[in-house]
Parts: sequence; structure tokens; C-alpha cells
Amino acid sequence: MSVPSATRAAAATPPDTAAPATGRAARTRRRLLGLLALLVLLGAACAASIAVGSRPLGPGTVWEALTDRSLRTEEAVIVWDLRVPRTVLGLMVGAALGVSGALIQGHTRNPLGDPGLLGITAGASFAVVLAIVLLGVGTPAGYVWFAFAGALAGTVAVYVLGSAGRGGPTPVTLALAGSALSALLFALVRAVLVSDSDSLDAFRFWVVGALAGRGADVAWQVAPFIAAGLVLALLNAPALDLLGMGEDVARGLGQRVWPARLVGLGATTLLAGAATAACGPIAFVGLVVPHAVRAFTGPAHRWLVPCAGLLGAVVLLAADVVGRVVARPGELQVGIVLALLGGPAFVALVRRRRTAAGL
Amino acid sequence: MTTAAPRTRPAPTTGPDGPVRLAAEGVRLAYDDRVVVDGLDLRLTDGSFTAIVGPNGCGKSTLLRALGRLLRPQAGQVLLDGRSIARAPTREVARVLGLLPQTPVAPAGLTVADLVARGRHPHQSWLQQWSTQDEAVVAEAMAWTGTGDLADRPVDELSGGQRQRAWISMALAQGTDLLLLDEPTTYLDLSHQIDVLELVSRLHAERGRTVVVVLHDLNLAARYAQRLVAMRDGVLVASGTPHEVLTEQLLADVFDLEARVVPDPVAGTPMVVPVRRLRR
Repeated sequence: MSVPSATRAAAATPPDTAAPATGRAARTRRRLLGLLALLVLLGAACAASIAVGSRPLGPGTVWEALTDRSLRTEEAVIVWDLRVPRTVLGLMVGAALGVSGALIQGHTRNPLGDPGLLGITAGASFAVVLAIVLLGVGTPAGYVWFAFAGALAGTVAVYVLGSAGRGGPTPVTLALAGSALSALLFALVRAVLVSDSDSLDAFRFWVVGALAGRGADVAWQVAPFIAAGLVLALLNAPALDLLGMGEDVARGLGQRVWPARLVGLGATTLLAGAATAACGPIAFVGLVVPHAVRAFTGPAHRWLVPCAGLLGAVVLLAADVVGRVVARPGELQVGIVLALLGGPAFVALVRRRRTAAGL
Repeated sequence: MTTAAPRTRPAPTTGPDGPVRLAAEGVRLAYDDRVVVDGLDLRLTDGSFTAIVGPNGCGKSTLLRALGRLLRPQAGQVLLDGRSIARAPTREVARVLGLLPQTPVAPAGLTVADLVARGRHPHQSWLQQWSTQDEAVVAEAMAWTGTGDLADRPVDELSGGQRQRAWISMALAQGTDLLLLDEPTTYLDLSHQIDVLELVSRLHAERGRTVVVVLHDLNLAARYAQRLVAMRDGVLVASGTPHEVLTEQLLADVFDLEARVVPDPVAGTPMVVPVRRLRR
């Protein structure tokens, strides 16, 4: 990387440990640059998310509406009641998905881990279908609690199933249990939907994954869960570094395994559950974002976890903005945009990782 | 470094060759309901270098896991410096006892320097994250094992021998008096097996580590270890110096092997020359 000499001085401070220190300094520089780039991108994504919409507003109008809260024009209402809550929600959900993906991949030591792996998505979907069909719930704010409960129940069920065999839960048994439970629950979801066409319309808008139509009330509902999840995730990051070397090595280095696993599982459920509850199942963010971030953070979770949160927010907001632009005057749901863009992005990442193996 | 006796811990039982650092007392070890080891006693004295040998499935790795607190005995107990290891805080144990499982796997992209740095984990806390002393210990560990040149290389891209050196550096940086190694020479060619065992032997001789190692190769075990522990079907059959343990009778009893035992022309330690497998 071509980096100006600004950080050279920092690299030269530890004088006696020359060889490891230079490598470490170069990497720290790379990580800080990556972090800075993410913050800039996040600012740009937020700005775009507030400035761009299906209703064209000039930047001046948007700025005026943002800075002068006494304004009650139609434009000001669009900005404050639609775009700002939507941006805040996108920020939270994107960060939650990115961080939960990093946690799941770390805990299962499975590079293909994502919130779908632990039964979170399937559990939430099933609960939302039940809420729609049996209780007639019809608004996203109403789904939230059911989706959240379903996500939690799904995780716990996967955990119990995965622990049933000899020797307790392992990454492999958890992944198997997650796949099995997801298949079962999605089959039930389809069975319910096939028999009830009225529910289908309400459900399919949720299941496609969208930020649109979720107001500030949804954002407020999930905010405490996401905040708690993010704090737990950051606390869990150092333990993940040790668990990444295998449980035996981690224990040998003084890491208590089960408390760390429980904190990680709790954080994952809170984050992915809240995100799914608010916006429906959104694929690829949890899967791709940690991989992309690893390119500059390396496997150190102290960096990986927060950076995955930032990039997750950037990706979700950017995809949402793209969805508002490409199908004017209508909108493409963010879940669809992400699925369309995420597939090729993942293929590119896998290829790049393979070719960069000799680095 | 045999004077580096246990510090302010409860008075340990003293064996014939010094204070006992690590002991198994009547341990029953099992995975669920499959009992692998039952009622086994073993005492490891300070500054000793012990190799556990035995046929596949005899429970030697299981015993090592129990000694390293990775497996909790169903009965009996493991004592570290006279205290039950199961009741000691994990981090405290990790400052005294280090272990390397068989063929450990580092996460993709983790550099050697980072791997070795993780050995400092038991010495860090939320308040004290990374000190200059940690930095110095890590650099010294890598210099001592000859992995300094590999510092910025990812562990998963190293050769088997280099990788094992990197892991041993981590164990060295952990700075524990005791070190348990489960088959550290697996998948290595003979010259790298010698390389790794020389390194472990120097850890014992120069750094005063009390070493317990599970080994398959009897000749290498006899050459490098001071004491051998032979196991069969979860039972400790013999324990003592290589000369005491590696007899033709024991090879028949433990390994079902007819063999001649001759002096190793290089080291003078017993050397096993197999004749044929005995049918039971």
C-alpha cells in the first residue's frame, strides 16, 4: 500500500523489536486507513440515503429541511418522517447484520456462517407467519415482537438440537441443526401460505426484506436490542480471537469457553433477531461483509467486529439507495437489491481470496 | 532450574526426584459413558521430561487432556502444585500450565507474530492489555525458536515444521513452568521430528520447563525423555527411565510386539528393533 510518511514516526517508536514491529505498524496503518475509509463511506451513504428518494428533492431543500426544524413543508415532512427514520433504521440493521455475521463466522469457525445458519431467519419467518395468520397482525411494528420471539426460539432450538449428541454442541452439529430446523420451518411457512392467500400478501412484503414502510416506531422498538447486542459483541471479540485457534488452545490460554459462547450466542440472537424482526430476512450482508472486512483487518476480531458493523451499515444503506433509484417511480426492496448484488460480490471475494493466497 | 520450586502454594507431596508439580489421583476418564481410563495414578516431578507412550487408543491423549484440564475426570482428581486443578481459576492455571493439542489449526491469515502474541493472553487483563514486557517476551520467544524471520508470515502458509515451531513459540511466550504436548511430531518427516524434539528438549534443559509429551515413536521417546510412562487399555503398565521401561517383555505386553532392544548407537538409550507382531 502506498502510504504517506505521516505514520512512519509511529512505526519507528519501538526501537529494539525491529522485525515484528515494522510488520505490526504497517498492519495497524492499513487497519486505521480501512477504518477511516469506512467512516467516510458511512457518512456518504447516510447523506445519500437522506438526499435521494423516489420523490426528487434538491440538496438545498433537504439541507433546509434538516437544519430548520420549524419548517412544516411537505418536503420537511418527507425528510423527517420518512427518510431520516429509514436511514437510522438502515444504519442499525446493517450494523447488526454485519456484526452478527462476524460473530457467527467466528464462533462456528465456518466462513460460510450467516444469520440463516443458526435458525434465526427461519424462526423469525415462522413466527411472523403465525402472527399474520392466527392473530391478524398487519403492520411491521406489530410483527417485530413475534419475529424477535421466533428468532430467539429458533436459536435456542438449534442450540438444544445441536447439543443433543455426544460431547455437546460443536460448530458442525450447530450448523447441521440450523440447516435441518430451517428446512422444516420454511416448509411449514410455505404450507401455511399456500393454504391462506390473504396472509401471503402481507407476508411476502416482509419476507423480501425492506426498509421501506418501517417508521420511526420500528426503529425505536429494535434500537435497545441492537445496542445491547453491539455491546455484547464488542465484549466478545477478544475471546473470539482465542476460540479461533480451537477450544483446546483457547482453554489452555486461560479462556473460559462456555461463558464466551453464551455471550456470543446472545449477541448474535439479539442482533440478527432484531434486524430480521425490523426488516425481514436480509441475505448476504452477514455473509459477505465480514469477508470483505477481513481483507484489511485480518483475523483480529477486535478490528473485524466493529469494522463489519460499519461496512454492514454502508452496504445496507447503499443498496437501499440503489433500490430507490433503479426502479423509479417505484422502488426495489433492499433485500432484492442485496441478493442481486451480493451473489456476484461473494463470487468475486472468493476468487480474490484464492488468488491472493500467496500474498 | 530445578530450584524454581512452587512458590507460595500449599506444600506439595515430594516425590523421589523433587516436588510433584502435576499429579493424577485415581482418575476415571470417560467420554459420556465410554470409560477410557479408570483409577490411574501418575506423579510428575518438577523439572522432569516425561513421554507417555502406548498403542493407539490406549488413552494416552485422554490422560494428557485431563492433566491439561481439558477433560474433567468422572472420579479422582488432577492436582496442580497440590491443588485440585478443576477448582483453580482458568486464567491462573494458564499461567502455570501450557498445552499444545495435536495438530492445532490457526485461523486463516493469522501471522506468526500474532499467534505467538496470543500466548500472552493469560498475563493480560482489561486494564493491562499489551505491555512492553509482553512485546519483549514475544520477540524473545520467536528469536529463541528461530521463527523471528517468519514473524509476518501467515501460519497457515508455513511448512509443517515451521508451523510447529510457531506453536511452540506461542507456548514459550505463555511462560508456563509446565508444558503438555500431544504428539507434536505428527505429520512431520523424520528430520523435522528431530528438529521439534530438540526444541522441546532445549525448553526442558535450558528453560527449565517440566515437559509431558505424548509420543508414538518409541526410539525418539527413549532418546529425548528422562522418564517413560507406558499405557495400555487405559492402564498405566510401567513408568520409569527409558532403560527400565523399554524392555522386550514390556513391548510384548503393551504393544503385542516381538522386538529386540539394543543400545541406540548415537545416544546409548534403548532402541527398539521390531521383529514381528504377536497375535493375542
